[in-house]
Amino acid sequence: MLPCFVRRAVFSFNPRYSHAKNVIPNIRHLVTSVDPSSGLTEEQQQIYKTALDFAHLEMRPHMAEWDENEIFPVETMRKAASLGFGAIYAREDYGGTGLSRLDASITFEALSQGCVSTTAYISIHNMCAWMIDTFGREDLRKTWIPQLASMEKLASYCLTEPGAGSDAGSLNTTAKKSGNDLILNGSKAFISGGGDTDVYLIMCRTGEPGPKGISCVLVEKGTPGLSFGKKEKKIGWNSQPTRAVILEDCRVPISNIIGKEGQGFSIAMKGLNGGRVNIASCSLGAAQASLEISADHLKVRKQFGKPLADFQHSQFQMARMATKLVASRMMIRNAATALEESHPNDVTLCSMAKLYATEACFEIVNTALQLHGGYGYLKDYAVQQYLRDIRVHLILEGTNEVMQMVIAKDILKSK
Amino acid sequence: MSLRILVGVKRVIDYAVKIRVKPDKSGVITEGVKHSMNPFDEIAIEEAVRMKEKKIAKEIVAFSCGPAQCQETLRTALAMGADRGIHVEVAGPQFDTLQPLHISKMLAQLAKDEQIDLIILGKQAIDDDCNQTAQMTAALLDWPQATSASKIEAKDGSLQVVREIDGGLETIKVKLPTVVSADLRLNEPRYATLPNIMKAKKKPIKKLTPKDLGVDVSPRIEVVTVEEPPVRLAGAKVENVDMMVEKLKALGHA
Repeated sequence: MLPCFVRRAVFSFNPRYSHAKNVIPNIRHLVTSVDPSSGLTEEQQQIYKTALDFAHLEMRPHMAEWDENEIFPVETMRKAASLGFGAIYAREDYGGTGLSRLDASITFEALSQGCVSTTAYISIHNMCAWMIDTFGREDLRKTWIPQLASMEKLASYCLTEPGAGSDAGSLNTTAKKSGNDLILNGSKAFISGGGDTDVYLIMCRTGEPGPKGISCVLVEKGTPGLSFGKKEKKIGWNSQPTRAVILEDCRVPISNIIGKEGQGFSIAMKGLNGGRVNIASCSLGAAQASLEISADHLKVRKQFGKPLADFQHSQFQMARMATKLVASRMMIRNAATALEESHPNDVTLCSMAKLYATEACFEIVNTALQLHGGYGYLKDYAVQQYLRDIRVHLILEGTNEVMQMVIAKDILKSK
Repeated sequence: MSLRILVGVKRVIDYAVKIRVKPDKSGVITEGVKHSMNPFDEIAIEEAVRMKEKKIAKEIVAFSCGPAQCQETLRTALAMGADRGIHVEVAGPQFDTLQPLHISKMLAQLAKDEQIDLIILGKQAIDDDCNQTAQMTAALLDWPQATSASKIEAKDGSLQVVREIDGGLETIKVKLPTVVSADLRLNEPRYATLPNIMKAKKKPIKKLTPKDLGVDVSPRIEVVTVEEPPVRLAGAKVENVDMMVEKLKALGHA
């Protein structure tokens, strides 16, 4: 029987495994209590494994470079899409993978261990594909789903404006009818992928003030009147560009409305329910990776004559991290299942999962960084990137404050 | 050519796991430990799937022998592109004493029962490193063998195989039917795509017992003890070659 290190040497010649010794921690006795595969069906375990293999081999080796050089890894994302990750929960008839919200959650949990920022964009793209698939007319589905499923074309979700963030329903981008067209005017802020993606789902006002007057309109890049602001400089999510999306007398056919006129806000919110589960899943992957890295570090790093793993304080920190991780995972998977089954409280459960998991996972990764001491602060070590990347998950797709509003409204409502 | 290919896939402890010996020294701990398909078998399946895509093969049958969990390994093979699976269930103490010869006998019988034209196996399993099954299967069937293959080309009813041998690369021609064993550089296995994972659910897995294949799996060996390799001792530095020779002599190595 080959001892572990010789076995790895056997595979170092194979390009597929050549970076395994850098990517996969040196000594790993997989602990079942925090193993993401536990509790999953056989197919789900295979899905998780495929996504994790992809993350380790295609994403993790490039994670730091993509962050440092602000590279949007389109080719890698297209490769992911060829495995079925482009439109995971869109229907199969036009090329979606036709799987469940839970399957999507475990996919993103795996991929984000390779790169949170890239996975988060893939999840946003998936959300847009689902919106078109679920609410779009047949001809729009036929045109766009195949291209989005393969990620030949990339999508962006445009709701937030400079003056309308948490109060999204008050948005001001207008869409005035003109013959068979709509003329769009306004600007969107903080758009993920903005400027580099091909199709924009723009929530704009076609009718009365408030949420009911909003429609969802598809605008293709290159349409006259559609332009972009400067690329924002962020502390994380650097493998995806973020720009303002500017509409100046941008003319699109009325047939580009997704769903019905006035249905846009509802579509946007329904998209976000899934988006919240997905973003929370991305936080989860980062926390899983950080926990594993920390366990290895504690066994190896010695001070005062013994490994850090022998100090009770470190042990207790790891115990709490592991517990929060499993709790987050359960919240997320429960919400994914509720959403899939159209549970009457799916919106609240998704909000709770996002609220809890994004914060708990941030704490896990933050503690992981502390456990690394000075090394945790260096960009040579991955933990700091996981931390910077997941920090924004407490803010976007509905701030954690808005999550509390949604939950409180549900808990305190009168019968 | 329209070959029916049989591929053996073994469920082994995942290569990234740290192996631990059981306290009673009867074996290694496998309970609750992550398992996956033997990496050389993944390469074997990949080669078979590529041959099917090139229309050289018409059907791929995946085979695994072991406890119920082998079904997971077979499902992975199906998700990569095999058409159907055969699971010969052997569990418990009988599984622990299973030897390559038992597997070779099963493969030989299956080759006859299923009208197999080509058997592709991984060159060795990463748990026992035997590198025997392919060779013995060929012997039992009286078929030619091409082991440690790093390239396979099909040409008019035979295969041209490049083998990785100690001296370098050897190219041989083997007539079909034949047994080939896959080496590391034969190919890079594909990821199982999500649609294929779901399609694999519907592909059939036939369950057999060793008796169905006329194979007696009663143990031929007895495991006396399993121990960790000795802890590596510290080395010592010497000033020059003469001192090195002196030291080696003193330690009884020269």
